[in-house]
Amino acid sequence: MNAVPWRLRLQNRGLDGVTLLVLPAVGFIVALFVYPFLYGLFLSFAPMQGPWFANYKKFFGDPFLYDTILTTLWIAVPATLVNLLVSIPVAMRVRLMAHPRLLTTILVIPITLGTVLVAEGLLNYLGPRGWLNRALIFFAVTDSPTRLVHNYWGVFLSLVITGFPFTFLLIQSYVTGIDPSLERAGAMLGARAPARFFRIVLPLLVPGLVITLSLSFVQAFSVFPSAVLLGAPAGPTRVISIAAYQAAFEQYDYSMASAIAMIMAVVQVAIVVALLGARGLVYRGPATGGKG
Amino acid sequence: MRLDGISRDFGLLNALRNVSLTVGRGEFIALLGPSGCGKSTALNCLAGLLTLTGGSIWLDDRRIDTLAPEARGFGMVFQNYALFPHLTVARNIAFGLEMQGVARSEISRRVAEALALVRLEAQAEKLPGQISGGQQQRVAIARAIVVGPPLVLMDEPLSNLDAKLRLEMRTEIRRIHGLLGCSTIYVTHDQDEALSLADRIVVLRDGEVRQIGTPEELYARPATSDVAEFMGFRNIFSTSCEAVGNDLFARIGGALVAGTSVGQGRAGPAIAAIRPDDLTPQPEGPIAARVEAIEYRGRDFFGVARAVSGEELYFRTEHRAGVGEAVRLGAPPGRVLIYPGAA
Repeated sequence: MNAVPWRLRLQNRGLDGVTLLVLPAVGFIVALFVYPFLYGLFLSFAPMQGPWFANYKKFFGDPFLYDTILTTLWIAVPATLVNLLVSIPVAMRVRLMAHPRLLTTILVIPITLGTVLVAEGLLNYLGPRGWLNRALIFFAVTDSPTRLVHNYWGVFLSLVITGFPFTFLLIQSYVTGIDPSLERAGAMLGARAPARFFRIVLPLLVPGLVITLSLSFVQAFSVFPSAVLLGAPAGPTRVISIAAYQAAFEQYDYSMASAIAMIMAVVQVAIVVALLGARGLVYRGPATGGKG
Repeated sequence: MRLDGISRDFGLLNALRNVSLTVGRGEFIALLGPSGCGKSTALNCLAGLLTLTGGSIWLDDRRIDTLAPEARGFGMVFQNYALFPHLTVARNIAFGLEMQGVARSEISRRVAEALALVRLEAQAEKLPGQISGGQQQRVAIARAIVVGPPLVLMDEPLSNLDAKLRLEMRTEIRRIHGLLGCSTIYVTHDQDEALSLADRIVVLRDGEVRQIGTPEELYARPATSDVAEFMGFRNIFSTSCEAVGNDLFARIGGALVAGTSVGQGRAGPAIAAIRPDDLTPQPEGPIAARVEAIEYRGRDFFGVARAVSGEELYFRTEHRAGVGEAVRLGAPPGRVLIYPGAA
């Protein structure tokens, strides 16, 4: 018999004592993510009254509830796209700077402030008596205050401001991952700046854009504080998280709230899966030009 | 093409100082120098990827140093090849033609020609990541030359290849250059590459041109001692020289060695330079030394010996010498270069 000891065979498959270090993380994920998720899933199928699917039937039978999906998408999708489209040129420029640290720091500050502080700030700044409106009236751009809070635009602007740093940091890492010699090679072959961007940089950036889009979208889709503080939570900015909140803490129907949370998850997952699926259609290899 | 006193500063650092050079049509020029000598800076200035801080560049009678790189129409082969990873080999080569708005049928004809020239017909539909380093190098060359540029710039194109491929590609580059008739400027730090490829070699050091000459001139008679050091004169001695009659002697290893003067001056402080190839054990050799190490290099042995007066000497021998053995080393007077006045 020359059987290889089981310990060595496990080692060959990359399993040894060190593998046990994964256990705390697994425990953490199970306790804080898997278990609550499954609990919520079961809870959503145990309605306070009616058959097991009653919550879902209620949600999709009541426009006041199912419209929140569209409302949320209507805020989250444009905000995500704006962040993405602004981040790309900024990241392209920052890449060329000798000392990008200061600018990056300034751009990233909003992420450290938290959504509530930003919402309060915007409330003061954009409100009818805020600096912006006072300045607009002073310079006679308008003669009455422009309404920018407690409506769609308040939530939209708040999402743009709090979401931008996150989007920008991700995009910046993808942009700097593209070998600068590729653009130089393009220039040497006669490509002007627009052709260099659209023919060389953009195709290599697409996979990163998709990941960024997915993550930024998920963040924007779960908007809650700014929708309440800066929006019109009873109407135009009644997002899906508000519906879940009301079910849980105003009607004390945890089962219904769980169902709404599950629907929210399904919408997010569906969009992320669609985006990642589309990513499969383009080049996904390394963004470098060869050895070196 | 003519470079007229071009300079480039990075802050206080003068990467390139007052470089002038005229390149003939179809000429192969090598820019040779150690790393940091400004050779890549010079190439990037020519390409337009760096702007000049002084001087001008002329192509025939047209001033081009104010043009953007995409308007100059030169071909460039990058050190890391810089192939577009998301495009197939054929699309990579077609890129420059597409940018010029060449008709589709014309593009496919010329891409096929270029692929045949670099012998990569079979790899046309592969992505750069799927072919070997040597093949990537050929694609980079094909991509640079397919647009028919008047000048091709190569930035250490062989430095990422292994030794055998490097020799193959060297022959390949020379063959392609001969077929096309465009001028080529080739940056390298490898003197063998420069000697074997170039019609003329420009030796750069500290951003200045040290010598311009044919490979034969540079090999036999480097104009200064630092060029000599770079051209493989591994034995460099700061010493003094003396004239006896019409002959010049340098003091090396405690002995007087007959040599050839490069430059003016007769006696006094000087630098003497000898290639290890030319320094061999001879019964009447003037320099007495003791062997410290010896290594086999195929046909010959190369060794290090220490002279009685302490200098290290790199020499060649046809027979294995034992460590510690006493030898007398000498070199033909024509191969001992003496730079009087240098120190």
